[in-house]
Amino acid sequence: MTIDQSISAVESVESTVQAYLESKLKSTVDPDQDLMASGLVSSMFAMQLVVYLESTFGVAVVGSDLKLDNFRSVRSMTALVERLQGNDSDG
Amino acid sequence: MSELRSQVKCLVWDLDNTLWQGTLLEDGEVHLRAQVLDVIRTLDSRGILQSIASKNDHDHAWARLEELGVAEYFVLPAINWGPKSDSVRAIAEQLKFAHSAIAFIDDRPTERAEVEYHLPEVRCYSHTQVLDLPNLPEFTPVTITEDSRRRRQMYQANFRRAAAQTEFSGPDENFLRTLELEMRIARAEPQDLGRVEELTLRTSQMNATGVHYSDAALRELCSDPGHEVLVISMSDRFGPHGAVGVLLLARDTDFWHLKLLATSCRVVQFGAGAAILNWLVDRAARAGVHLVADFRPTERNRMMEIAYRFAGFTTDPCDCTAGADLGAEHQVQHLHLVPEHRALPDTLRLIAEFADVV
Repeated sequence: MTIDQSISAVESVESTVQAYLESKLKSTVDPDQDLMASGLVSSMFAMQLVVYLESTFGVAVVGSDLKLDNFRSVRSMTALVERLQGNDSDG
Repeated sequence: MSELRSQVKCLVWDLDNTLWQGTLLEDGEVHLRAQVLDVIRTLDSRGILQSIASKNDHDHAWARLEELGVAEYFVLPAINWGPKSDSVRAIAEQLKFAHSAIAFIDDRPTERAEVEYHLPEVRCYSHTQVLDLPNLPEFTPVTITEDSRRRRQMYQANFRRAAAQTEFSGPDENFLRTLELEMRIARAEPQDLGRVEELTLRTSQMNATGVHYSDAALRELCSDPGHEVLVISMSDRFGPHGAVGVLLLARDTDFWHLKLLATSCRVVQFGAGAAILNWLVDRAARAGVHLVADFRPTERNRMMEIAYRFAGFTTDPCDCTAGADLGAEHQVQHLHLVPEHRALPDTLRLIAEFADVV
């Protein structure tokens, strides 16, 4: 992956996740909005998010990464996906 | 397992000269024999669903079924002029049953041959076998629980609930709030154990260890003062969901050991697993003990791992289990959590039917 591609990939992770959430929640979502605190996302929906992130971005969220904090906002989910994708290319 | 696989879960009936005597469009009058009504009621009471694949005018035939007082026994009736294999396939699909769990009964050899050709796993029977069906092993479940007796009503409630959800505009959470969900957690009574065993056997996705507990093993645990076997049931304004979960807990001085949590996949959408775990965490906090939960990854139970992790369980070690024998079963992880007060979800009303220790 070139640098240009990875930048656009990061942008697209954030916008893809945001668009997905807005369609599922039928509401606008700010990237920094705490979805758990605002009551928009239940722990059950967070479980769907795990499966969604894994199948959409080809990552595996396992072990200590499986915590609610990683799924609190569009930003935290994007950071998780970026980090996991980075790990993948290292390996 | 082969016994389970061989059971028929839904019987699809032809109408003319199979369910009733006569041909509706030609004879006008058709009759339902009392013995056939008995067969319908018997299969219904065993938890076997029944549907219809008939070439007739839908409104006409359905009105006749209502007059005969049997319409309520049938789910997803397919009364149309299309091929019966299409009807049977659609019924299986909507019920999410494998074709091997479907049976089809029709007086016309050509209809049976058409279904057999397109759906080779569907078992076909002729009208001459109607009265014999309840005597066949594939229509005789090994255990019949309270939930099997009302299985058809639960499916019908599901269809009404799903239709209401399709019509509902707004976030899913808001829809859940309209359901008036109620969750009951109670100690297992002897009459619950059949259903509890069934849950440990049939809940592959939301089963924390994939361990099957037999009726006898559960009976022993129920009478052991160090163990709690809890049954979770749910209902909402559309009707009962029946027993939807089982929780097996061993109490130690400094920690409670959650040996098994299994919930039906039917209630995942209601957040049942998370609600049960949050309730248990809150109870443990009040009792001043830590929680240790067994988890054994299987090919299908990832959802349960996520539920445990999101509830706050980690693999971090803790002194609370020092010297304790947690068991050393193959591949079983002992996840740990330091409980704190938890608020219950506002999407359901939780009733724990006991006041003591747990």
